[in-house]
This record gives sequence, structure tokens and C-alpha cells, in this order.
Amino acid sequence: MSVLNPSPTGLQPILKPQAHHAPGNFITKYIFSTDHKIIAIQFLFTTLLMMIVGGALALAVRWQLAFPWESMPIVGPWLFAAEGGQISPEFYTMLFTMHATVMIFLVIIPILAGTFGNFLIPLMIGADDMAFPKLNMLSYWFMWPAIACFGLSFTFAGGPAAGWTSYPILADLAQAAPGSGTAQTFWLLGVTFVGFSSMMGSINYMTTIINMRAPGMTFFRMPMTIWGLFITAILQAFALPVLTAGGFMQVTDRLLGTCFFYPSGLVINNAAPTVGGGQALLWQHLFWFYSHPAVYIMLLPVMGMVSDMLSCMCRKPLFGYKPMVISMSAIASLGFIVWGHHMYTSGMNPAVGMAFMVATMMIALPSAVKTFNWTATIWGGKVQFNTVTLNCIGFLSMFIVGGLSGIFMAAVPVDVYFHDTYFIVAHFHYVLFGATLFGVFAAIQFWFPKMFGRMMNEKLGKTHFVLTFIGANGTFFPMHFLGMQGMPRRYADPYLHGYLEHLLPMNQFMTISAIVMGAAQILLFINIFYSMFWGPKAGRNPWNATTLEWTAPSPPPHGNFDVLPVVFHGPNEYAVQNGDHDFLMQTEQECEPPKPAETDENNDTDNEQETSR
Amino acid sequence: MGKGWCLFFLFWPIAAVVSCAMAPWIGWSFPYDNAQAASNLGIRIDGLFYLILVITAIVFVGTQAAIVYALWRGANNREERADCVHGNHKLELVWSIIPGIILLFLAIYQMNIWADFRIKKYYPEVAVKDPIAEVTARQFEWRFRYPAIGKKLQQKPQPDDLHSVNELHVPFGKPVMIQLRSDDVQHSFFLPALRIKQDALPGLQIPVWFEANKPGTYDLVCAELCGWGHYKMKAHVIVQPEDEYQNYLKTLTEQQFYDGLGKIAATENDSESEATEK
Ligand code: HEM
Ligand SMILES: [Cu+2]
Ligand SMILES: [Cu+2]
Repeated sequence: MSVLNPSPTGLQPILKPQAHHAPGNFITKYIFSTDHKIIAIQFLFTTLLMMIVGGALALAVRWQLAFPWESMPIVGPWLFAAEGGQISPEFYTMLFTMHATVMIFLVIIPILAGTFGNFLIPLMIGADDMAFPKLNMLSYWFMWPAIACFGLSFTFAGGPAAGWTSYPILADLAQAAPGSGTAQTFWLLGVTFVGFSSMMGSINYMTTIINMRAPGMTFFRMPMTIWGLFITAILQAFALPVLTAGGFMQVTDRLLGTCFFYPSGLVINNAAPTVGGGQALLWQHLFWFYSHPAVYIMLLPVMGMVSDMLSCMCRKPLFGYKPMVISMSAIASLGFIVWGHHMYTSGMNPAVGMAFMVATMMIALPSAVKTFNWTATIWGGKVQFNTVTLNCIGFLSMFIVGGLSGIFMAAVPVDVYFHDTYFIVAHFHYVLFGATLFGVFAAIQFWFPKMFGRMMNEKLGKTHFVLTFIGANGTFFPMHFLGMQGMPRRYADPYLHGYLEHLLPMNQFMTISAIVMGAAQILLFINIFYSMFWGPKAGRNPWNATTLEWTAPSPPPHGNFDVLPVVFHGPNEYAVQNGDHDFLMQTEQECEPPKPAETDENNDTDNEQETSR
Repeated sequence: MGKGWCLFFLFWPIAAVVSCAMAPWIGWSFPYDNAQAASNLGIRIDGLFYLILVITAIVFVGTQAAIVYALWRGANNREERADCVHGNHKLELVWSIIPGIILLFLAIYQMNIWADFRIKKYYPEVAVKDPIAEVTARQFEWRFRYPAIGKKLQQKPQPDDLHSVNELHVPFGKPVMIQLRSDDVQHSFFLPALRIKQDALPGLQIPVWFEANKPGTYDLVCAELCGWGHYKMKAHVIVQPEDEYQNYLKTLTEQQFYDGLGKIAATENDSESEATEK
């Protein structure tokens, strides 16, 4: 591992003005810190903690599906002493509702935007901190009221049990079900707090990226990671207010009886609500107008990070940088107009369904383009088979499945059958677990040396990857078959229905795979905590990567860089001749031009000019 | 070691393809007889499904193989440095345009099926003229309301309507239409064997038509989370020949209006129901 000279630019180093004073005491340094790196690490540990919670809830869901109505091991007899340790259907609904809520709102979104957004944006664009450090700190601390609200909601009758989609009337009227009471109000409040947190983050990211790039860092020299986070921040900023407004309307419906979402003439628990005049479908439009873009919020940053990591690990420039940026933007903009594909069966105007279908088919295109580009990036590379690469390939492999199953569901007539069956559950787990989490595992391993100044353990990392990959496919692939056989999701006991009776063994197999996968995560935690203290020390640039963060010390001090970095070219200049290096850092000015057309026939000359930026 | 990893990544797509290929033979495919839909529209939907399956299977195998092969080459790469390629416009145009055409084709190709399924203009006329029943979903059961024999279904419940719970009878071999509604929360009318699904939204009345082409008893389940008892909404749709269906309606009438003296109670206000007809 070579330590790189931080300033090989040949330019006079510009001494950095000391932006703010390094904070003194423990509290301001590690707890109420305004330093983006510390905030990132706070987000990292919080989300990892929440991942344990969400994972435990998932395993409980799987337990019920494999061994219906049998006492849950360990916690069962203690939780449900009254029922003889049995899970009740109310509890089951709460389990999957909270599993999804925790995983989406407290794990995936904050680990991407909160952890990697915070850590990487200033470092990769050459800034010394975020534009609004205090706002940044606040965005982390708003996670806690959210966690508190979600936590509190467990304590009210039933626990929130309307699914993470919170469809009215179930979520809108307290009488509708045991879990629709105060628990649901707290759930809505929790979502609102998470929303505030994300909003503050996204304002910060947009401002920082637009205003604080180092000299020479033009938009088209930004690393793909930054593009992913930037586009995500824009998505957040425009979509989130709609959910917040919708959530607020639901809260007033519940507390003040405004009836935005409940129509007249309902009979709930043999009593009719006195007023009405609302429309249940309205919620679905508002909810999915946010939550469809949100699925890209959960994916685009990973796409960006994987692009950078793959290119580094294959020692090759990213194949088609500009097309990658364009396809990302296309995904984002199309992402705003396809929310209706979640509502094909809802009874909205079928002609609208047709329009949504065409748009949805088209959104598959940029995703396909990205997949081909990643494959082409590996092609002809010198692949380093380390944990980072393996997780990136895991991402790619699972993203393809999730993307392809999306085509079935984009096709309206086919989706009519698959909607709300396990086919959907398979699809979004391939994307959210398969793609996003493998990308996150890779990113943790890749940027760990920058975060903590030490390397993670490769053996542990590889074992973790292998077990997780096998476990994930074993858990989620059979879900496609469950869906084909017509098993609806959110069923506490599918075997009650004749045509589903035979599915028990398949579910048991999946549960065993899920347990393997869950157990494998212990290795990840061991690896993180062991390496933080005892891992081998990392230099500034252990991966021989090119982007700006690798010119700073590991871990970077308060204020990040010793000298203000100046950028001379694009982010992925690998496979070049640069002394004894095969890469060119963004701060390095000169190198022998790569010999064109020698190693690759496809590479015609005009194309070379176009892309050498 | 790199090659070992290539084999690792090769294993999983092979397992996926093999299990998909086996699925129809070992009963992992669509439900009921030979995975065949019990409605003509359902058979067309299955056809669309298999078309997409073939296309995606080719793409799946192609991309996974390409990744593994690229890794394999990368593992063997003994050059001093990797190929310096930044991109290739022609290649990228090709791999954008071809999938674009395929996706557009799929989108347009299925419009007919969707129109026949959901666009009111294309509903079969016989079914629209004479909705067979009103289906009301409520926590946690399905309620059915048929018009009295020889009458038409009215918007409002009539005193001579026939009622049943969790058992819907429909005649065989002709398109039928139901009016779907919900009393309380959102539910979804899901008939897996017929590939029919339609959410029941509180406050709306949604017409749904289907045509069963095989007599039999089919499961009717709820596909939208409707509370703790969601999984318990268990009903059956019994598809039978026209005469058996008429017999069923007769028995239902008898059961409902049997006044204890062996006579069927008179059914009032014929004229009124005539007047409110659509
Ligand atoms: C240990 C890994 C995981 C397992 C075993 C697992 C298992 C499950 C199961 C069985 C369900 C279906 C519940 C039902 O509909 O009846 C489910 C739902 C869901 N999961 Fe996961 N999951 C895992 C990880 C994740 C991750 C990482 C995410 C990230 C976002 C996620 C997001 C969701 C969502 C959004 C739902 C939908 C819940 C609903 O029906 O409303 N899961 N999960
Ligand atoms: Cu229901
Ligand atoms: Cu239900």
C-alpha cells in the first residue's frame, strides 16, 4: 500500500485559510459536533443499530411464516405470556409494518444520505465542511425524535399496523383496527421528523455541491458518487414536501376530523363516522408521489458509489461517464411521473394507468444502460478480487434481477396479478436489500480507512459477503415463486387458503436462509468494531484511488485538507501511465497521455477527444 | 482465487434459471390446473407474462454471463495496466436503442389486453347490461347481493334482493360483471385463478367483469391490507353451468323468504324497482 504525496500538482500549494476553530471539549467534538465527518459517523452507528432492530423484526415475520402460530423462540414466552407465547395477528401486522418502516426510514435513507452524503460530499468536492454545519448537526439530532416516536408507538394498543404505506381508512380512523389508534398518530409524527431530518440534509447537500466545489471541480469533473447524492438531494427536496403535507392531512383527519381521506357512508365496527366527503384515493397519489422517487433516493447514491468503486477496483475509467450522468438524471426526472404504477389496481382511471405504464417502461431504459456501462467498466480491467469488488458485483447481480422483475410489474395486465403478492416483495427486496445494501457494504469497506484511519479485515469481509449473498438469494428468490402461486403479502397465515396450503416448505426454506443471512451480519459488526481499534493502519490512499478525499490524511482532521485541492481532470483516470502508477489523481496536473487505440479496437479517435475532458 | 469467485457468481444465475425452468413442472407456477388461467382474458395475460419472461430470461442470462466473463478476463489480466477506454458512443447507442424499442413494443403490445380488462368502452355488452351481483368487502368477509330472479341489480339494496356471505356463484361461459364496493377500509378483490384483481375503495363503486371458462370452485382472497384479520378474508367463487346457477338462486330465494309455512313470502314493490332502474 503506497502512501501518496498529497501535493504532486507542481503548483504552489495554496495554504488553506482556517475556516473554523477546531472544537475543544468532548461534547462539542463528538456529541454535538458540527463536523460533517463526525455527523456521518453518528449516522453510521445509529443506522447500524437500527438495522439490528429492523432485522430482528424481519426474522420475527419470517418465523411466523415458517412456523405459523408457534411461540417465537427466546422472546415469545416473554412477550405474549397471555397467549401462551403465540404471535397474534395484530402483532404480526405490527411486525411487518415496523420492519419496513425501520428499514426504509431509519436504515436505508439515513445511511445513504446521512452517512455517505455527509462524509463524502465535502471531501470529494474539496470543501472543508458543509455549507450549513449547524443545520447538518440538527439533521442528525432530528433522527432521535423520530426514533422516539416510532419507539413510543409500540407502546400503544396494537402498535402501528397499517403497513408502511399507511393507506386510509385503516390508517386514518382510529376505530378501523387495533393498531389504528394513537400508535398510528405517533407513527405519522415519526415519519414527519424523519422528513425534517432528510430535508435539512438535502438542502445542505445541494447548497454545498453547488457553491463549495474546489477550484477546477466543474460539474462534469465530479465523481459519480457526488452526482448520485446531488440528484438524490434534488429528488428529496421536491418530493418530500408532498409526503409531509399528506402526513399532516392524515394527522388532522385523525385528531380534528378534517376528513381529507375518508368518504361518507362508511360503517366501521358497526358505527358510522359522522362526517365524510373525502377521498381515499387521494392519499395514494400523495404518498406515492413521494415514495416512488424515494425508491430512487434509496438507490441513486449507491449507483454513484458503485460506479466509483468498480472503476477503482478494475483500474479502469468508468465506461461512459456522461451517459451515466444523463441516465441518472433521466431516472430522477422520470421518477417523478411514474408514481401511478403503484396504483394500477386502485380504481383510478385506467387510461391514466396506460400513460403510467409507458412512462414506467421507459424508466427501465436508463437502468439498463447503467447496467451495461458497469459491465463494460469491468471488461478489460485488472480486477482486484477484494471485499469491495465482491460486494459491488453482488450489487450488480441482484440489481439486474430487481430491475427485470420490474418489467413484469410495469406491464399493467401482468401487474394486476402480481400486485400485492410476494412477487412485489421479491422485487423490492432485490433492489433494496440486494442492490442497496450490497452497495452499502462495499462502501463501508471502501471508505472505512478514510473514516477511521484503519483497514477492515478482508477475510471477515469476504465471509460476510458470501454468507449474505447466498442467504439473500435463498430468502428472496423463492418469493417470486410465492408470488406466481398467488400468495398475497401481509398474510399472517396464508395456509388457511386451499390454494396456498402447499407453500409451507418453501417458506421454511426461506426462513432458514434469512436466519443465515441475519447471522452473517454479526461478522460485519465484529469487523467494524475490531478494525476500528485494531485494524492495520491505512495511509492516505490505500486503494490507489483518484478522487479528492484520498489526498487528505486518514482520518481527515477538522477542516479536512492540508492544502486547498485544485482539480485538473475527471474523477476516474485509471489505466494511465504515470510514473510507476496506473492512475492519476484529480489534483495531479500532468501525465503521459494514455496511448490510444493500442489496447482497444473500439476506441476510435474522436471518441477519445470527447471523453478526455 | 479470482476464478473461484467467477464460479461463485456463475452458480447463482444457473440456479435461478434451473428453478424457473422447473417451476411449471413442480407446481411453482400459476395456481390451479396446469397453471392455466380459468378465464380467456387470464390466458392472454399469461401469454403476455411468458413473453416478458422469455425476453427477461435472455437479458438475465446475457448480462450475468457477460459480468462473469468480464470478471474472468479481468482475473487473468496480466498486463501492466487495464485497457484505457472511456466509452464508446456507437456501442452505447446500440444498447440504448435496442432495449428502448423492446420496452416500447411491450408497452404498446399490451394496451389491448388492458383496454379489454379495464376500459369501460370495451367491456362486453352482455355483462354491462346486467350486473350479476354487488360485492361488498368488509372486515373481514365478502358479502354478495344478487337481484331477485328475473330482475336487475339496483344501486340501492332492495327488499327482495338475495344475500350471501363468502360464497359467490356465477354462471359459466359468459362474461359477468359485479359492482365492487367496500363498507369500511380498503380491500382488494383477488381471484388468482382468473387473474383478476381490483381494489375495493371506500366511497367508490367499481365495476369488474370476468368470464370463467372452466366450471369449478375458486378461491377469492383479499389482497390489500385491511387490518389484523386481512389473511382471514376467505371466500369462494363457484363457477357453474347456467341451469345450476339458476337453481342456486332459487334455493337462495327459498331460504331467504321461507315464512315457515312452506310458501315463499311475497316480494313487494316490483314497480318501484322498475322505476329506479338505470
Ligand atoms: C434480513 C433481511 C430481511 C428479511 C428477512 C426481510 C423480510 C421481509 C418480509 C418477510 C416481508 C414481508 C412482510 C409481509 O408483507 O407479509 C418484508 C417486507 C418489507 N421489507 Fe423486508 N426483509 C429484510 C430486509 C429488508 C431491507 C434491508 C429493507 C430495506 C428497505 C426491507 C424493506 C421491506 C419493505 C419496504 C417491506 C414491505 C412491508 C409491507 O408489506 O408494508 N426489508 N421483509
Ligand atoms: Cu380485506
Ligand atoms: Cu385484506
